[in-house]
Amino acid sequence: MAEIVPLSQAIAELVHDGDSVALEGFTHLIPFGAGHEIIRQRRRDLTLIRMTPDLIYDQMIGMGCARQLVFSWGGNPGVGSLHRFRDAVERCWPGPLEIEEHSHAGMANRYQAGASGLPFAVLRGYQGTDLPSVTPNIKPIVCPFTGERLTAVPALNPDVAIVHAQRADTDGNVQMWGITGIQKEAVLSARRSLVTVEEIVPELDARPGAVVLPSWVITCVSVVPGGSRPSYALGYYERDNDAYVRWDAVSRDRDAFLSWMNRNVLEA
Amino acid sequence: MAGIAEPARAEGYTADEMMTVAASRALHDGMTCFVGIGLPSAAANLARVTHAPKLVLIYESGTIGTKPGWLPLSIGDGVLAESADSVVSVPEIFNYWLQPGRIDVGFLGAAQIDKFGNINTTIIGPDYAEPKTRLPGAGGAPEIAASCREVIVVTRQTRRSFVDRVDFVTSVGFGTGPGDRARLGLTGAGPRQIITDLGVLEPDRDTCEFVLTGLYQGVSVQDVRASTGWELAVADVLDKIPPPAQAELAALRRLQAAAPGVEGAAR
Repeated sequence: MAEIVPLSQAIAELVHDGDSVALEGFTHLIPFGAGHEIIRQRRRDLTLIRMTPDLIYDQMIGMGCARQLVFSWGGNPGVGSLHRFRDAVERCWPGPLEIEEHSHAGMANRYQAGASGLPFAVLRGYQGTDLPSVTPNIKPIVCPFTGERLTAVPALNPDVAIVHAQRADTDGNVQMWGITGIQKEAVLSARRSLVTVEEIVPELDARPGAVVLPSWVITCVSVVPGGSRPSYALGYYERDNDAYVRWDAVSRDRDAFLSWMNRNVLEA
Repeated sequence: MAGIAEPARAEGYTADEMMTVAASRALHDGMTCFVGIGLPSAAANLARVTHAPKLVLIYESGTIGTKPGWLPLSIGDGVLAESADSVVSVPEIFNYWLQPGRIDVGFLGAAQIDKFGNINTTIIGPDYAEPKTRLPGAGGAPEIAASCREVIVVTRQTRRSFVDRVDFVTSVGFGTGPGDRARLGLTGAGPRQIITDLGVLEPDRDTCEFVLTGLYQGVSVQDVRASTGWELAVADVLDKIPPPAQAELAALRRLQAAAPGVEGAAR
């Protein structure tokens, strides 16, 4: 059964220095609130895993939480670069950042293998690209039935997965809808998990297309209203596209970034 | 017998608008299209609200048959989910929908592209470990480029971005030339067109090298050659691509203007 605890307690209990941590949410339901708490608790040497690092990993990388990034697309969607990510890769600020990069299909299959209890996944992918030459975790494999050459990628099993959802009930069963991305696979592939939610309701009524994660596969649930801003929670609030556009200027400059983080995250 | 009336042509449009309109015309009604964000998304939605109302737009966020009333900033804006026929998970969109080759056309952007239509969105520079510029990376593109029945690339053309050989192959076009796609086991036919802010390039049937096949009004062959980093060949007969019709331009600007709360215009 999931424990319903305050966010600060959940992060303190679940996320340790040196852990591999996956904060997922594909544009929608990105767990910013949880990421900010990790920054406030000054976690270090994390292996950060995420298909689309987005602003939240830009902030965590810039604040020195990460040793390694495992990802498939590191940009500010529709706007341009993630400048803190680039500064770390291009100029080692605030420290060196190891990277392991994949395609979205590769990452999705890695999570799916992790959730399925398999050691690896097979896909028709990466063929002819330069990605296998820089990412050792992409290997050719021959189909034992047809002889076809395919690609294997190892399962992802993060120490902790963190996702945001619309709501949970009082027993800690979680419900999310809209674009649900890779969140189910992330939670099921991880050793421990935290789901932050907009609200807790007495009972979850059925919703078409919703994903329900039963309480017994989740370690902790925390109530964090607005916990995915400036991303969005369908049915609660919209994506703050202006914030994504404004982040470009804030994140270009190290000092502007640090003072923004002080004002908006550390002292918040 | 009355001929088909030539639509009224617009004036005062930008090179980007011309490119977006030209790209929209490459999509036909009833097609299924896997859409990348940015210029491809603008063009795909323009096609849907003008000549191709039954165009099925699919985004990697898992939204299938989406019909946004404005241009989304990201591939996962709420409007894409709310206006979709179906929303599926990310493993499902790649494994069930893209990988088996169900989708007619992949619509991609590119940071750097070479004469064989290979796309680089990973790094600029000779050394992966110490890149001159770190680009966002692969996203869905490698498998979109591999598995869609064909690919159309929409990107601005400069000497720096149109190169003889990309610094890093993120997504395969024709590899190093004829026969490479089959050798690699890529199921789709590969890039059919590169649509830029100067004109249209298409692959030569024998060499797979991209040649100039279409020009916009007011652009010369010399302009395009000056913006190409390889010795660009030119087709014997150049297609004169008509300027945006007034209706096309108005529809594009409506889609851009309708985006709520985006400072500095939707891209």
